[in-house]
Formats: sequence, structure tokens, C-alpha cells
Amino acid sequence: MIRIENLVKAFGARRVVDDVSFNVERGEVVGFLGPNGSGKSTTMRMITGFYPPSGGKVTVGGHDVVESPLEAKRLIGYLPENAACYPDMTVEGFLDFAAALRGLDGDARKKAVGRVVERCFLGSVLRQSIDTLSKGYRHRTCLAQALIHDPAVLVLDEPTDGLDPNQKHEVRILIRELGKTKAVVFSTHILEEVDAACSRAIIIDRGRIVAQGTPEELRRMSEIAGAVTLHAAGAAADKLAALGRVEKLNGSFRVYPKDQGASAELTRQVVELAAREGWKLDALRTEEGQLDEVFRRITLPDTVKK
Amino acid sequence: MKAIWIIAKRELGSYFTSPVAYVFLVIFLLLTGFFTFTVGNFFERGEASLAAFFGWHPWLYLVLVPAVGMRVWAEERRAGTIELLLTMPVTTWQAILGKFLASWIFLALALALTFPVVITVNVLGEPDNGIIVAGYLGSLFLAGAYLAVTCMTSALTRNQVVAFILSVVICLFLILVGFNPVTDLLVRWASPGFVDTVAAFSVMTHFDGFQKGVIDTRDLFFFLSVIGFALFATGVVIRSHRAG
Repeated sequence: MIRIENLVKAFGARRVVDDVSFNVERGEVVGFLGPNGSGKSTTMRMITGFYPPSGGKVTVGGHDVVESPLEAKRLIGYLPENAACYPDMTVEGFLDFAAALRGLDGDARKKAVGRVVERCFLGSVLRQSIDTLSKGYRHRTCLAQALIHDPAVLVLDEPTDGLDPNQKHEVRILIRELGKTKAVVFSTHILEEVDAACSRAIIIDRGRIVAQGTPEELRRMSEIAGAVTLHAAGAAADKLAALGRVEKLNGSFRVYPKDQGASAELTRQVVELAAREGWKLDALRTEEGQLDEVFRRITLPDTVKK
Repeated sequence: MKAIWIIAKRELGSYFTSPVAYVFLVIFLLLTGFFTFTVGNFFERGEASLAAFFGWHPWLYLVLVPAVGMRVWAEERRAGTIELLLTMPVTTWQAILGKFLASWIFLALALALTFPVVITVNVLGEPDNGIIVAGYLGSLFLAGAYLAVTCMTSALTRNQVVAFILSVVICLFLILVGFNPVTDLLVRWASPGFVDTVAAFSVMTHFDGFQKGVIDTRDLFFFLSVIGFALFATGVVIRSHRAG
């Protein structure tokens, strides 16, 4: 549904988005990860037609966002950063306005508003003005606006930002559910969200895609992926060293496989070694790899200069 | 067309959900009354016309119209809702026109609420009501021209105060180049032809005809082209923010 080819956005001499290409199909939820200021929001603004690209091309459902913006925008539901809504309107008035702009009339409009109100649990605040709402409700109101025309494409810019853990959980479940029938792109800098909601993740840093794949694939890029951590009475580092590089972690040992593919084998070898030496195993774990470690390694923090 | 109306309706509604609209209406009516009857010597003039009423409008609007229009785009940018609005299936010019029309309708309403002054003058004497209608029409276009300028300055900044000051300065300029005391000064060191050319860009020059009851297409064309130009400039400004 979304095709992005060699997308570039420059503000003056600064290239905020630099040669980004990816596709999103129906039934996919793509998580867009990256540190703050890496170009996530800018990319989303180009997908939704708010920023014209400086180079490259975005098509949504076959419509070029620059050449036929109205056709493309009709297919998209968009939750902007910080869930900006008109503060002086009531929730009902705001949703009605959004539905009207989406070309819904009369009964269809009423039905659409009713549907998203139910879906986003807004029934209790319908007649409240938006500036009196808590952050969670405001977010949901803006999300409801994005869903009002049942779009084929959803672009969500930090949909869980500023929500409490329960609300985050609800939003993730909602995203996963919506992803079954729609093409969803959402940005986040919370790594657990990738596991909770995404079928694919793209990591972007300084405007460039630095890694992409399923959450499992990304985790496997981690240094500790496949390593075996054990806690055992009597364990000795020099015996373990025969199997691979050993690291001491207060009271336990971590053995890294000699090559990345051999992790299943390594686990077996460690267990056999422990049995042979008569160590009393308390705990043994094969590491899956950690997303945050991958993330830190491939995206440089702002404070580090290249 | 429909999108323009939907946007205008929302905008107009947002005037009335805050107390600002009512405060503005009251201040506008008080000031027009004060200027007409006290400063303008409406009763002492002894003539059945609204010259004392309309004569003050360019100056009154100078402060009041920017106060109405300053929030139009500045607020939208500050709150980030501009992103929401412009990613809806509407074009930029539909949004610009919708917002402009809403504020213009609001100003028209304020102007319509001055109707007691028309009744007063009709009770006291026998005025030429044609001249009064022309005056109202001119006043409405005058307000529209100021408003379009304010829309433009409002798009330039996130800060409403800056938008306000900028538009007051521009509108003041539009008044002064055709204001008699200023043109009299200019004549001393510039050719009369030059002064006339400059004065042709003034709202004063073109508002005069309406006050005399003359609806000249050239005057209408002037106001419409100021509105058109300022709204076009608004579009350019909004596009340039996004183009980077």
C-alpha cells in the first residue's frame, strides 16, 4: 500500500531524511524506530503529504502523494505527533468535523462517529471539550479521528507517547488488531513496542535506514544472541573457556559461541560440561539477544560525534 | 466548495465557544458608538447621514480586525493542528479560504449589529438609505482587506502578538498613503502624479467612494485584489514552511 523510494528531505543544507526506501503492505504493522531527531516524524509527514519531499517518491495505494495528494490522503488515517486536536471543540464536535472533511454525510457520518467512539472508549467524554481531557483521552480522541473513515493506511506518530502502562497496552493491542486488515506504520522509541505490536521493524538513524527485519531477526543481531549464561556452584571459567569466550557476571558466567550460528550446540556443550565436572546448576539460559543493545549499537547517541 | 464550508463552520464555531467573540462584539459596538456620537459629533452635525459613523471605520478596524484574525494560522501552527488540517483530503487554498470566510462572516455579524445607528438616523431625519447601504458594503470590504492581510501575517508566525503587530503596521501603511494630511505632506517634494499613484494603493482612497454612496467597480476591484493577493501570499507562506 505504501511505497517509498529514495526519499530525501532537506531543510537548508541539513538532510533530515536521506535516501529512505521501504514498502508496507496490507496486513503489516511496521514499527519505525530511531532516536529522537532521527527523521521518523519527517518521514511520516512526507507519507501523509504534509511535507513535500525534496527528492524521491511516495505512493499510497498507487497514488503519488505529490501529484495526486487528495486521492492519497483519502486512503490515510494520520495521528500526528503529540496528538494535536482543536482544544476548544468537544470530542463529538471534533469527530464530526473530521468525518465531514472525510466526505461522510448524514447517517454514514453518525455511524462512523459512533463506531470510533466505541472502539476508542470515548463514550464517557463525548460532550467534554478537548482541553479538559487527560492526555490519554486526548490521544484516543486523535486516534479516533484517524480511524473515522476506516482507512486502508494508518500512519501513527508515537501513538503511545505520554500514556500510562495500561493505556499503552490497550493502544498496542488496538494497533495489532488494526494491522490485520490495514497497512500500519507507527513510530516509537520504546523498544518493547516492537515486540508487542510489530510484524517488522525499521531502525532509522540520522535520516538513514540502518537496520530492518522482524523483531527476531533484529534481536539476533545482538552481540549476546546465542550466548549461554549459567549460574552454578563450582563452575570454573577456565573449563568454560574451551567452549568460547567467557565473561564473568557477578556470580555467574556467560559463554559466547565461537560463531553465531552454533548457539543450540553451545547450550548442549555447556550442560554436558557441567554434568561431567559435577557442577550444581542453579540456572542456565540461552540468550535471545536484546533489542535495546542492538539499538544502542547501531544508532549513535547525539552526544557522540561521528 | 463543501470542504471550504466545513472548515469555515468549524472556525466560526470556535469563535463562539470562547468568550473572546462576545468580548470583541461588545468592544466593537461600544467603540463604534463612542466614535460616532462623542468624537464624531453625530448630533451636532445636524445632517441625516452616517458619515460620522463610517468615517471612523478605517481607524477602528486597524486595531479590531487584526485582533480577530491574528489567531487564524498562528494558533493552528502553535497547537500543531495545522498538520491535522492539511493532511485531511483538502487543498491548502480550501483551508485558507474557509478560515478567511469564517472570520469575515464574524466581522460581518459585528457590523450588522450596528443596525441601531441606522434606525436612529432614520428616526431623526430622512437619510439617503442607498448611501448607507453603500457605506456598509464598503466597510465590509475594508474589513475583508485588513483581514486578508492579517491572515497573511498570522501564517508568518506562531506568535499571535507578532501577527497582530505586523498586520497593524501593514494596514496602517495602507491607510496613511492615502490619508489627506500625509498626501499633503508628500506633495511638497514629490510630483502630484507620484502622490496619486501611491494614494491609489490606499484603502482610504477607495473607501471614500462607498461613503459617498458610489459603488465603483474599480474600488470593488481594488479591495478584491488586496484580498486575493494577501490570501495568495498566505498560501505561499504556508507552503514555504513545509518545503524547508
